[in-house]
Amino acid sequence: MGVDLDRLSFAIDGAPILRDVSASLPTGTVTGLLGPNGAGKSTLLRLIAGIDTADAGSVTLDGVTIGSLSRRDAARRIALLEQNAAPSVELTVLEVVLLGRIPHRTKLMGSFSGHEDHAVAFDALAAVGAGALVDRSWHTLSGGQQQRVQIARAMAQQPSLLLLDEPTNHLDVSAQLSLLGQVRDLGVTAIMALHDLNLASAYCDHILLLDGGMLVASGTPAEVLTPEVIGNVYGVECFILKHPRGGHPVIVYSAAS
Amino acid sequence: MTRARYLGWLVAAAIALILVCGMAVTIGPAAVSLAQVAGSIGAHLGLATEPVPLLIDSIVWQLRLPRVLTAALVGVGLALSGAVMQSVTRNPLADPYLLGLSSGASVGAVCAVILGIGFVLPAAAFTGALLALVATLSIAKVGGTITPVRAVLAGLAIAQLAGALTSFIIFWAAKGDSYREILNWLLGSVAGATWTSVAIAVTAVTVVGTGILVSATRLDAFAFGDTSAASLGINVNRTRWALLGAVALLTGSMVAVSGSIGFVGLILPHLVRGISGPGHRRLLPLVAVCGALFLVIADTLARTVFDPRELPVGIITAFIGVPVFILLIKRKKSHLWA
Repeated sequence: MGVDLDRLSFAIDGAPILRDVSASLPTGTVTGLLGPNGAGKSTLLRLIAGIDTADAGSVTLDGVTIGSLSRRDAARRIALLEQNAAPSVELTVLEVVLLGRIPHRTKLMGSFSGHEDHAVAFDALAAVGAGALVDRSWHTLSGGQQQRVQIARAMAQQPSLLLLDEPTNHLDVSAQLSLLGQVRDLGVTAIMALHDLNLASAYCDHILLLDGGMLVASGTPAEVLTPEVIGNVYGVECFILKHPRGGHPVIVYSAAS
Repeated sequence: MTRARYLGWLVAAAIALILVCGMAVTIGPAAVSLAQVAGSIGAHLGLATEPVPLLIDSIVWQLRLPRVLTAALVGVGLALSGAVMQSVTRNPLADPYLLGLSSGASVGAVCAVILGIGFVLPAAAFTGALLALVATLSIAKVGGTITPVRAVLAGLAIAQLAGALTSFIIFWAAKGDSYREILNWLLGSVAGATWTSVAIAVTAVTVVGTGILVSATRLDAFAFGDTSAASLGINVNRTRWALLGAVALLTGSMVAVSGSIGFVGLILPHLVRGISGPGHRRLLPLVAVCGALFLVIADTLARTVFDPRELPVGIITAFIGVPVFILLIKRKKSHLWA
């Protein structure tokens, strides 16, 4: 059980974006999706979410093929947080979180029901430590608070898989650490695209490393994050230390000479 | 806002609408009392009411009531159209008038009039609105995305083209008295409203309006954009085109009965959002009632301010709408419009 990616390939206008990506991620694990800009991280997340359809291959979640589900059924199982999303209208935090209940409403009369959804929304906000923000306007929140509320929105979907596209973008260090800690504490299977190798090492059970649309390494942080692999993919020299408390790898880059 | 307070607003607006409609029927060159209005309506609905003089009855039933009802229904249609367009295009400036739909509908309608096939006028107006919508969005779409500014610019171009086409057709084919009539109609007017107009408007508003109300949740899902809507289980393209098609149908019907009236679809959703919040389950019912209220008042002004001359109501909505629009641009929240 968990997430199985089977030989996923995807091209846009004939240009391959992803080629033959296969991986198996057990339930409850947090996976970091790494790779240079343009490696195909966001595209892979969209394929896993079922928003785009792979040209070849399939995604299976707990034994169910995502491609065979309706958009709504997929949204009940998988929540995706895209990068830097902002609303086009003034929304309160509660209104944002309640959006996550949309896939659970009935199709025809859904517009006239769903008042019991408030309880789910409050629980989701509490789970990310944002309960106090419930009446605030979205536009008055800090970047870290906005991301927390977005995660609460995703959790209100009650997904079995949470996908996050660079959730720590534009956040300060303390907001980055607390956000990723929060994701771990949710206990839900999560896959997140990250740029920071050290954050991935500290917060992920498993790493998928993409380069040019191919999966070049897969394994625990200690297995994937080696000087050779990092050198090959990112073209930088680095040393690997051991974190004094967690024991996970810490990457120290040597300045370009 | 609590549910009770929102319902309070909705009920208050609905009561105001009924009162304003009743008052509007009493206003005009011939003095008619509210009791006579009620009596005339009651008699036609087969209720046992106080008899009303024949002349008064025909003024109420044949002239003023169809006009007031048409104004109310067109207000509903335009306000709903504006609210839906603003949400599915994520563009606070979207409105059937600004994106060229009304002008496109006018071309279709004028063609139908000139060709003497007036009975297909609603269908012709709808076709014109749909073509204008497709043209505007195709022009505005660059690299898969449509920005608000490009959509407005494209709408401007299409509206100009449609306006030129309409003028050309009129110049080429219209004769004598029809000029003034057509001008009245291009500027937007419900002066010629009959029970047929009411029937067209009520059908369009009921059928399309119900479809839009049922889609309130789907409209909410567009708040954070297409990817977010898709991740909330929405078939983004299918939903967007179905809703925009519905708006084209609604706008086409409204133009068929009233010509192109601007600013109702643009400003009403912004004003009402300030009360109801952006959630469509609350926004749509309230914006529908307020749109009706607004247009009935505007039309009453249009036929009384320069009495005995009458203005096309489109001029009044512009005189009210433009200052309101300027205030909306100047206020703090317009950072959302960048």
